[in-house]
Amino acid sequence: MATEETRDLSSEALARPPVIGPGYNFTSITDKISAIVLRRKTSRGWLAGFGVSFAIVSLLLYAVGRLLVLGIGIWGVEIPVAWGFAIANFVWWIGIGHAGTLISAILLLLHQKWRTSINRFAEAMTLFAVMCAGLFPLLHMGRPWFFYWLLPYPNTMTLWPQFRSPLVWDVFAVFTYFTVSLVFWYIGLIPDLATLRDRAKSKFAWFVYGVLSMGWRGGSRHWRRYDAVYLLLAGLATPLVVSVHTVVSFDFAVSILPGWHSTIFPPYFVAGAIYSGFAMVITLAVPIRAVYGLEDFITMRHLENMAKIMLATCLMVTYSYLSEIFFAWYSGDRVEQYMEANRMIGPYAFMFWLLVACNIVIPQALWFQRVRRSVPLLFVISIVVNVGMWTERYVIVVTSLHRDFMPSSWGMYSGTWWDYATLFGTIGLFLFLFFLFIRFLPAISMAEMRELVPEAKVQEAEG
Amino acid sequence: MHPTFHRSANTVARLSIYGAVFVLAGLAWVAVTVGRSSYVTEAGIARRQPVPFSHKHHVSDDGIDCRYCHATVETSAFAGMPSTATCMNCHSQIWSDSPVLEPVRASYRTGEPLRWTRVHNLPGFVYFDHSIHVNKGVGCSTCHGRVDQMPLTYQVASLQMEWCVECHQNPAAYVRPREQVFDMSWRTDRQDEQGAQLVKDYKIKDTHTLTSCSTCHR
Repeated sequence: MATEETRDLSSEALARPPVIGPGYNFTSITDKISAIVLRRKTSRGWLAGFGVSFAIVSLLLYAVGRLLVLGIGIWGVEIPVAWGFAIANFVWWIGIGHAGTLISAILLLLHQKWRTSINRFAEAMTLFAVMCAGLFPLLHMGRPWFFYWLLPYPNTMTLWPQFRSPLVWDVFAVFTYFTVSLVFWYIGLIPDLATLRDRAKSKFAWFVYGVLSMGWRGGSRHWRRYDAVYLLLAGLATPLVVSVHTVVSFDFAVSILPGWHSTIFPPYFVAGAIYSGFAMVITLAVPIRAVYGLEDFITMRHLENMAKIMLATCLMVTYSYLSEIFFAWYSGDRVEQYMEANRMIGPYAFMFWLLVACNIVIPQALWFQRVRRSVPLLFVISIVVNVGMWTERYVIVVTSLHRDFMPSSWGMYSGTWWDYATLFGTIGLFLFLFFLFIRFLPAISMAEMRELVPEAKVQEAEG
Repeated sequence: MHPTFHRSANTVARLSIYGAVFVLAGLAWVAVTVGRSSYVTEAGIARRQPVPFSHKHHVSDDGIDCRYCHATVETSAFAGMPSTATCMNCHSQIWSDSPVLEPVRASYRTGEPLRWTRVHNLPGFVYFDHSIHVNKGVGCSTCHGRVDQMPLTYQVASLQMEWCVECHQNPAAYVRPREQVFDMSWRTDRQDEQGAQLVKDYKIKDTHTLTSCSTCHR
């Protein structure tokens, strides 16, 4: 490990811009990151953002409360479009989470040093996104208080869940995903929580961070075990990057509906998930680094690398769109062909072309280095991709359902005010949790950042 | 630097992690047990009735057949509740001025039926038919227990789905000859050989059909 990192440093330092600004040492890194939590006064901007997001969470609570009292009739779902917003939102949110896992697990195993400053908040993003995602299938069940019927447990009905249904696989996939992400995130936090404990000024903070850091002393035995566990968890989390959205795509692909019954769905969904996930990481990283002055930690190289991944996954998604169209034609299946044509020129054509513009056309700007290095442009493109990916899920869910095999059972769908309120509300919930996270936990891993500075290498080389 | 917590915190931490397993397992056990208890199922609890009717007295002491009162049990979904006139067949002659039976006489005078409290209350989403069970050799006591020994009527079974499915999965363990259906004290030592034969003779459907969702939830 030691020699490898030294080699890393010498070769990479020449070839690429560094992953951390110059002139930092152990103390200055720790000071800078922990100050956000411990020293800085709660800023007006934070309070305003927190207040606004809290207001949106209240709207979500009201919308959900109304739903529980009146039933899902307040949403636009009806036969034939029984899925609607809820499922589109679910797929969108769970997809966003995937970038966090990819950054924290796969890039760790591939020794990509540039992951270090973005992994912590990307993992937090994953957790919060999965929470928002999980809400939708639960609410969509109609009687959410029976959610535990989805789990196999010794019940008084001698019934198992239907294990042949991908909807049940979904429960396991999402539950596993949340658990592994949470454990991974927490284990990663422990050394930093100990740092916060040791630097805490107030008795209360000292106690809380003390309990949370689980007696971490930073001894070499601690670190040896910690590294082993962290790698092991990364190995466990790696297949989840691919498996979770694959299972989500089965919800569609296993059915026989035109436009859904397709073998390209798993890779197509995984690519889309990583695409939207990185867009969300950029959307979050840009304001965080600007507000807290973290440009030295989340450098242009980070943003540019993420932009490149976005471009790559954009091309994969584009390929999937094209292959869908090609195979609809090549299948010779009239229903399949009609479905594709209906997407492009039917009643939901606007959404389809919006998705083409947002997911295919506009992100092509990322081919240019000037665009990749312009923070405002990156921010705008990341938002555009987020919108585009939601549109994609909407198009997949609605266009296939609203006109299937039998014209007599065709229908139209549109979201109601409460559909929009719930979607908007989960965005508020996501931001609300994120504001709390930034204020009370270190948004960048101090322990891992310390490994990046020259101080760490020098000691290792001498030893 | 002084230590953050007292040394005992280590032990407390280990204990709480170790103990959490048992606490969670205990909670799960409580949930499963309460869900099957008579607090939830109301099994074994005698209901309050307008008249304290005793099946023990009418069946065991007087020897009245089940079908004298529950007249439609062999032909319809509902076993049938007797009209007040059925009661009065006897009670116009015996115990005819007992104060306990005043509600019965009042009902007879006014034509207003007695309002019995239902003991076996299946949910509305369950389709249940008495006649098919009786005709395929399911005895009264198989589901209702020894009603002939109940001074006040109560439900014996949980009526939970697992209880229904137990028999639908393996009817051979429960069916008896048709002639014995109304015999409250019927028992056999040869259920193993007899049951399978009866299932065949009575053409009771296979487990797959009997446990299909739409057999009971229509």
